[in-house]
Amino acid sequence: MTKVLAVDDSASMRQMVSFTLKGAGYDVVEAKDGVEALGIAKTTSFNLVITDVNMPNMDGISLIRELRTLPDYKFIPMLMLTTESGTDKKTEGKAAGATGWIVKPFNPDQLLATIKRVIG
Amino acid sequence: MTDVAHQNTETNNSVHDLVMGAGENQFLTFVLEQEEYAVDILRVQEIRGWESVTRIPNTPEYIRGVLNLRGAIVPIVDLRMRFNMKSIEYGVTTVIVVLKVMKEDGSGSRTMGIVVDGVSEVYSVPESEIKEAPDFGTKVRTEFIKGLATIDDKMVIIIDIDKMLNSDELAVVDSVSESTGQIKE
Amino acid sequence: MSIDLTQFQQTFFEESLEGLDDMEANLLQLEVGAVDNEQINSIFRAAHSIKGGSATFGFEQIAGFTHVLETLLDEMREGKRDVTSDSVDVLLQSVDILRSMINAIQHESTYDEERAAVIQSRLEIMLQDGMSPATVIPATHGVADVSHAGLGWNISFTPHASMMQTGNDTVRILRELEEFGELNTVVDTNNIPDFDDYIPENSYLSWQLELRTDANKSTIDDVFAWVEDECELTITPIVDIDTIGAVSSPQSESEPATNTDIKPSLTVAQTRESKAKSTKTTETASIRVGIDKVDALINMVGELVITQSMLNQFAEREEVTAAQIEQLKNGLGQLERNTRELQESVMSIRMLPISFIFSRFPRMVHDLSSKLGKQIELIMTGEGTELDKTVMEKIGDPLVHLVRNAIDHGVESPEERAEKGKSAVGKVNLNAYHQGGNIVIEIIDDGAGLDKNRLLNKAREKGLVREDDILSEEQIYQLIFTPGFSTAEIVSDVSGRGVGMDVVNKNIISLGGSIDIESKLEIGTTFRVRLPLTLAILDGQTVKVGDEVYIIPLVSIRESIQIKQDMVRQVGGDMEVFKLRDEYLPIIRLHQVFEIERAVEEFENGLLVVVEGSGRRVGLFVDELLGQQQVVIKSLDTNFKKMAGISGATILGDGSVAIIIDIPGMVNLASIQNRDVKRAIA
Repeated sequence: MTKVLAVDDSASMRQMVSFTLKGAGYDVVEAKDGVEALGIAKTTSFNLVITDVNMPNMDGISLIRELRTLPDYKFIPMLMLTTESGTDKKTEGKAAGATGWIVKPFNPDQLLATIKRVIG
Repeated sequence: MTDVAHQNTETNNSVHDLVMGAGENQFLTFVLEQEEYAVDILRVQEIRGWESVTRIPNTPEYIRGVLNLRGAIVPIVDLRMRFNMKSIEYGVTTVIVVLKVMKEDGSGSRTMGIVVDGVSEVYSVPESEIKEAPDFGTKVRTEFIKGLATIDDKMVIIIDIDKMLNSDELAVVDSVSESTGQIKE
Repeated sequence: MSIDLTQFQQTFFEESLEGLDDMEANLLQLEVGAVDNEQINSIFRAAHSIKGGSATFGFEQIAGFTHVLETLLDEMREGKRDVTSDSVDVLLQSVDILRSMINAIQHESTYDEERAAVIQSRLEIMLQDGMSPATVIPATHGVADVSHAGLGWNISFTPHASMMQTGNDTVRILRELEEFGELNTVVDTNNIPDFDDYIPENSYLSWQLELRTDANKSTIDDVFAWVEDECELTITPIVDIDTIGAVSSPQSESEPATNTDIKPSLTVAQTRESKAKSTKTTETASIRVGIDKVDALINMVGELVITQSMLNQFAEREEVTAAQIEQLKNGLGQLERNTRELQESVMSIRMLPISFIFSRFPRMVHDLSSKLGKQIELIMTGEGTELDKTVMEKIGDPLVHLVRNAIDHGVESPEERAEKGKSAVGKVNLNAYHQGGNIVIEIIDDGAGLDKNRLLNKAREKGLVREDDILSEEQIYQLIFTPGFSTAEIVSDVSGRGVGMDVVNKNIISLGGSIDIESKLEIGTTFRVRLPLTLAILDGQTVKVGDEVYIIPLVSIRESIQIKQDMVRQVGGDMEVFKLRDEYLPIIRLHQVFEIERAVEEFENGLLVVVEGSGRRVGLFVDELLGQQQVVIKSLDTNFKKMAGISGATILGDGSVAIIIDIPGMVNLASIQNRDVKRAIA
């Protein structure tokens, strides 16, 4: 089963992402910030990471940067959830190793479509 | 009263009919001082033998007290006392009929129990067989009576439990406790 | 797949309101100290999350409003804009607006759209005045994309060696392009190094692609959007000889709607739309519980299961030895302990820290003190003290009132304070702690204090107290809770607001609590609110009167004493009083007020339980004390009605019902005659 790590400090967004992906048959693990996500990622392996950018403790970009240093996560697709005003963030995220981004606001269909782009 | 009984004898064969049909209601009947009374069976939650209750201070005598009914505190009313009949010692047939009473303001229901001499039967009575109560001649206040029906040549008094169990002392919020907390200097 | 987004709305509302609380708290701190980066960051983050969520869940007016707010905060965060007290003020007001917007959606009511529009335009003006030019409006695509769809596109694509290390994959990109039409690919493998130099993680291929499609260029750009910085990419239209000169196709079609722009405007239409959407929102009360509490519960249930299986062994035995009986007793003891612990931890799930209420005070004190021209330092301690959610919901307003009262009437103006030789800054201290089965909340000010003589005179003027009445200090202070006592002189418009101290007192008493007042002239006043931690259970003292068992809340009991008939004086007809130290206590014979037969009549054979309620003491005469136990409170009016002197009922271990005595109610019953008693003694 395809395992997805969904990281967002907002519970409602996390629920939405998780609910959507579970409905599409993915196995989803949630984390509320970068620190928690990193901890989980080190013990479980995932096929995809979806992370919010702006989060307390450790933001999404730092999380991606950290994850890319781990051998298991070298080629794993990692998507950022970012806002339309975040062009800087996209560049910064790409530099940190993000595969791509999903622009907020998005609806469940858009989310699934984007995910299919990276893990088919 | 005799008039009413007479009127009903003409149709009594069709009355005693346990098969439910359109416009029919089922009633549980119980006995109080040799007379038979009926309540809508849909309102009956359970029937249990008499057991001792906890008295509530400063309530009329006919409110025997409260009972623990699976965690709910349920008040118990002695119907003989309520109807000013002669009190008797509770015996083996004495039961508590636990009823669901709709609140008058439509804000839901509450559970109460009535103590009666004994329960007798369940009858189906077509709506058309229920006659209006006369405004005299019964031991029970007319306002508590929904109607009369004749079953097997017997007259049965159908009680309006909502009216009876919501009336005066049972439902009015006590004014003293409402003002609790105010300084009465 | 279509997913109903409304199911996440409740969570969104909850987290947004929490975010707003954080925002407010941080904003209030910003003002006093120098600007702290982490504070600005978390303020920004709250706004950012609300914007993202509101846009996702379809609350356009919130998204629009937060968009402006977020942009402003972003500039502050980036250091492009100074944090001024003016901007803090607007930001605080924005918090209010957002709160009311969320509440309006949640409860399908309205909010002050005019005020929202005013605040939003203030934010917008501020943005334009700012040092930074216009906010970043993305011009990534959709901007003057004249390149119409023709025959298709020639694409030259050379990934950088490291492209795959960001999780991107050329195959994925090619597959996506294929979806738009007919794709011809030519792979250039010239760059593949010798095997020795080959790094499998790198990408060495480059591609010449011909895509026959009617998709426009921005669609193609989108496919490469994630990798545009990690490849060499040129996209040119396919030009066929025979189509030259026959171009002119209609305007490029609109973008796929991946990027819905948020319009920062509030229109009536939008508001209506979102109201219609929100009709589906059903509000169910929920509670957020710490994982640790849930884990503790699971542990306890685990223990309970073990105990149960242990006890089960005995059920299977035919005969039991003495040693096994001992074991059985131990097991039952363990079961009792497990059950108690389980009950406690289930109760603790409903417990929340009082910071939920305290957190609103910094803002209130800030607003109120500037309105009244007073300088107030608010000190809060014990914010982590927990109490039941239902108690919490009911205690908020009374506490707000008491704090207002302390600021309005307690703390003097800076000038007045200076005259008195006090520091210009007044202190209001909010303190919470547990004491027994209660939570105590103190509101302490260092203001002028209550003037006993003035209070007494006022009460006499109003005819609330007779000229010859003698009141204790505590009783005089309690006068301020008398209905009709509060006057313009005592309560101004700030504290007034249509509710008086009598309502505060009444609300607290209805929760089974009490308020004590301590005051020293020119030193200050302390209001001490005592409340049960929960409304669901209570520590009770079971007492026996005749054949009946009653429960007296343990918190109300001061002491129990045995008295003799000759220590009791008969006054004012049939009122009995007893002198305890320097105080005369009216005696209430429980068997008399409750009309109980076969009860003890002689004082020597019974017991006097001294109880306190509403700041008064009385002696309750009972036959004997039985035991103390925790009882679950059941309301009597669910199936019956409220009764004077009774606060509810509970079910005892044997399944029978016991009545719980309402001490304040009982004290008030007695106090009707109380005054006559005092006069008789005096």
